[in-house]
Amino acid sequence: MPLSLVLVVIVLLAALGYAMGRSRALAAGGGSARTLNSVPRYYGSYVALWAGLPSLVLLFIWNAADGAIIRGMVIDRIAMATSVTAPAALNLAFANVVNLANGALNSDGADPNLLAAAGYYNHLQDLSGQIAGALVLVLALCGLAYALRRVRPALRARNAVERVVHTLLMLSSLLAILTTVGIVLSLIFESIRFFTHVAPWDFLFGLQWSPQTALRADQVGSSSAFGAVPLFAGTLLIATIAMLVAVPVGLMSAIYLSEYASRRTRAVVKPLLEVLAGIPTVVYGFFAALTVAPFFRSLGQMAGLDVSSESALAAGIVMGIMIVPFVSSLSDDVINAVPQSLRDGSYGMGATRSETIRQVVLPAALPGIVGAFLLAVSRAVGETMIVVMAAGLAANLTFNPLEAVTTVTVQIATLLVGDQEFDSPKTLSVFALGLTLFLVTLCLNVIALRIVQKYREKYD
Amino acid sequence: MTERPPALPAGPAGTQTAGAQGKSPALTSRHMSDASRARLKKRYAAEARFRFYGVAAITLALAMLVLLIGSIAWRGAGALVETWVSFDVYVDPAVVSADDPANPQTNYRKLVYEGFYQQFTPALSRSDQRVAGSLISSGADRFLRNMVVSDPALIGTTVRLRTPAGDDIDQMRKGRIDRSLPQAERKITDRQLALYDQLVADGDIGLGFNSVLFTSTDSNEPELAGIFGALIGSLMTLGVCLVCAVPVGVAAAIYLEEFAPKNRITDFIEVNINNLAAVPSIVFGLLGLTVFLQFFGLPRSAPLVGGLVLALMTLPTVIIASRAAIKSVPPSIRDAALGLGASRLQAVFHHVLPLAMPGMLTGSIIGMAHALGETAPLLMVGMVAFITSVPSSLTDAATILPVQIYLWADRPERMFIERTSAAIMVLLLFLVVMNSAAILLRKKFERRW
Repeated sequence: MPLSLVLVVIVLLAALGYAMGRSRALAAGGGSARTLNSVPRYYGSYVALWAGLPSLVLLFIWNAADGAIIRGMVIDRIAMATSVTAPAALNLAFANVVNLANGALNSDGADPNLLAAAGYYNHLQDLSGQIAGALVLVLALCGLAYALRRVRPALRARNAVERVVHTLLMLSSLLAILTTVGIVLSLIFESIRFFTHVAPWDFLFGLQWSPQTALRADQVGSSSAFGAVPLFAGTLLIATIAMLVAVPVGLMSAIYLSEYASRRTRAVVKPLLEVLAGIPTVVYGFFAALTVAPFFRSLGQMAGLDVSSESALAAGIVMGIMIVPFVSSLSDDVINAVPQSLRDGSYGMGATRSETIRQVVLPAALPGIVGAFLLAVSRAVGETMIVVMAAGLAANLTFNPLEAVTTVTVQIATLLVGDQEFDSPKTLSVFALGLTLFLVTLCLNVIALRIVQKYREKYD
Repeated sequence: MTERPPALPAGPAGTQTAGAQGKSPALTSRHMSDASRARLKKRYAAEARFRFYGVAAITLALAMLVLLIGSIAWRGAGALVETWVSFDVYVDPAVVSADDPANPQTNYRKLVYEGFYQQFTPALSRSDQRVAGSLISSGADRFLRNMVVSDPALIGTTVRLRTPAGDDIDQMRKGRIDRSLPQAERKITDRQLALYDQLVADGDIGLGFNSVLFTSTDSNEPELAGIFGALIGSLMTLGVCLVCAVPVGVAAAIYLEEFAPKNRITDFIEVNINNLAAVPSIVFGLLGLTVFLQFFGLPRSAPLVGGLVLALMTLPTVIIASRAAIKSVPPSIRDAALGLGASRLQAVFHHVLPLAMPGMLTGSIIGMAHALGETAPLLMVGMVAFITSVPSSLTDAATILPVQIYLWADRPERMFIERTSAAIMVLLLFLVVMNSAAILLRKKFERRW
């Protein structure tokens, strides 16, 4: 039975349960809700929850688990039929079986063993679907019947329903923790597998990055190297250029908007600046690769400099523009949070506006601005599309902004795309890079958020 | 000059004004000195300079915005029209079977080219035929096939086929290839030019609305590539993201704002949410890859997986916006409901939520707009494949608009630049619509208590 049909049936049963529970409660109350403990619709919801919730949970668990079980059974079958034992070969054979079964692979002239396995796979899939459908429906009906039997005027239906809703609310809020745990665990597990191939020391401090694993031992550049320092240096270089653009421009616009601009200017300019933040990064990447990079290249040619067409400069400057609204809106917030009395005091002493801003407002807002700065750095370090499209692929250890460098995110995006084998160090290195990226941005974020929060409390 | 006061502070000036200045007689005199005037001038200059920096910063940022949008609009405007060639094709019943015009073996290609060669007088030599063939899109047979399949009565008649020109011809028609250059330096040969001029003279070639861009899927031929498949993929992905992120986000916000006890766990959740909002999006892609693809075994490139990844990514945004909305509802509303005997859940669901709804919706729409433009995490879950079919279910392989833009941006053909820019404009249009909706919603329902 297809999944969607089962879902529809469950929903229908729940709706039926709602109607039945409601009318049964009314009937038990003698046609009026007055003698009931709760309003009739809570009895309806009570029955509907009993009918729908357990069966949905079962359905979810079944669907999460059956793939792995079927896979194991089919692989056993293949192993018996073909006497292949290597796990990699078995996995490959299984992938072929799945493709055969889906019809994605043409069945003409396929290995008869695999064809048989594909038939077996389809059979198991059907069987699993049927069993799941039957079990889930029986469970739903049982729940419905049980809840209906319990409906009587003294049943505290509202409390029961509210307990369930309360639990659901709590589970939703736990999802945030679950996501973090998922990120950390998945990155750590894959990274550990990577570090069995490459020592952590070599990864963190090695100066050579060439992740291509050789097909033959005697090939040129056959030794793959996983020293990530060139990537860190490239990331740092591009992020620095980005911050050199974003911080002055963002901070000065924030100062002007909050201290000088008239209300009307502010109302027009602020949303326009925020448009910059709403533009997708892939658009910035396109802009960097097609407009900014050629511009710098021709500019360099005029000045007699050799500017790479994938220069760090172009990527960094465009990234800086992307971060401007981020810096400016965060700084705007902290500058506005500085109490007016501080400014008035300074004006009273005869200071001009710029002196007040530079010597009173900015020092008072400094922690918040530092926080904004750190958040912006974390943004720049984690930004992917601009650098994938406008920065290079080759890992050069250089601090010359006119040359092409590569970054951590570029490597993550390019090493993994189109690659399906999950046991080569090349693929696994992505997770080590991801882990590094996550940890660095996490530190930046935690420090920044803490600074921003502390600062807010002070003036509130 | 004569009023110049003594430079030294020790010299008391005779004319004193009352008040605060009276206490330090030196001040008045000091303010009149040359040095102080110079100082003042310097201070005012610094003031003007500082102000100018502010204006310059804003001007720079806005200029970049204009440049960005302008360059894309300038590049993409050309893709709204496409060069079309029209010519007569005889749908030979000997080639197309009346019973089964959709048969993939049917050689529509032959019919198209035969028809096209007839267009030229005098008749083309064999080598000229090959040159002429390059003038029309290599997918021209598809157009004839669609025509005949949708109306089998055309078999045996002569139809007027309208098909896109080849991409180089299109670029030249739009003036992006300079035909005055010597042959070796342009992509179009003299022979092609001669045949092209013949078509122009007959009025068989011209610009028309680029319907291909909006109705077809990705293709290796730029003149046949469209964004329809990516658009559907984007809508599906966004739908999954919406269905997952908004209810869960709102529920989490309700719990944290209304029910959560103040303890270490809720503090931890809060720190977590704030951090997740700042985690690089590509890390969410890695999470999706390991959890959804490897662990749960969901299919690669599917809108379902993409939507789930985006949902995890936008969840913090939705939670933070929803919490702010709930927080802005005054406690008196809750107190009144509780005072009338409502349970806490009833107070929240019947009274607080309706009042917080506009704020929550605004936050959700902004989160969704962000998700719509997101690219990097979707590369990780394999939505980067070359897909020429429109996805029909949530588990079909699909691509999405930003990824399509990314893929096209890498293509060397000139015409793809134009198409990429046009796709970007469509994407930006969607974002503008969504963000305007959010702003309107906020304006209309915003309530100050």
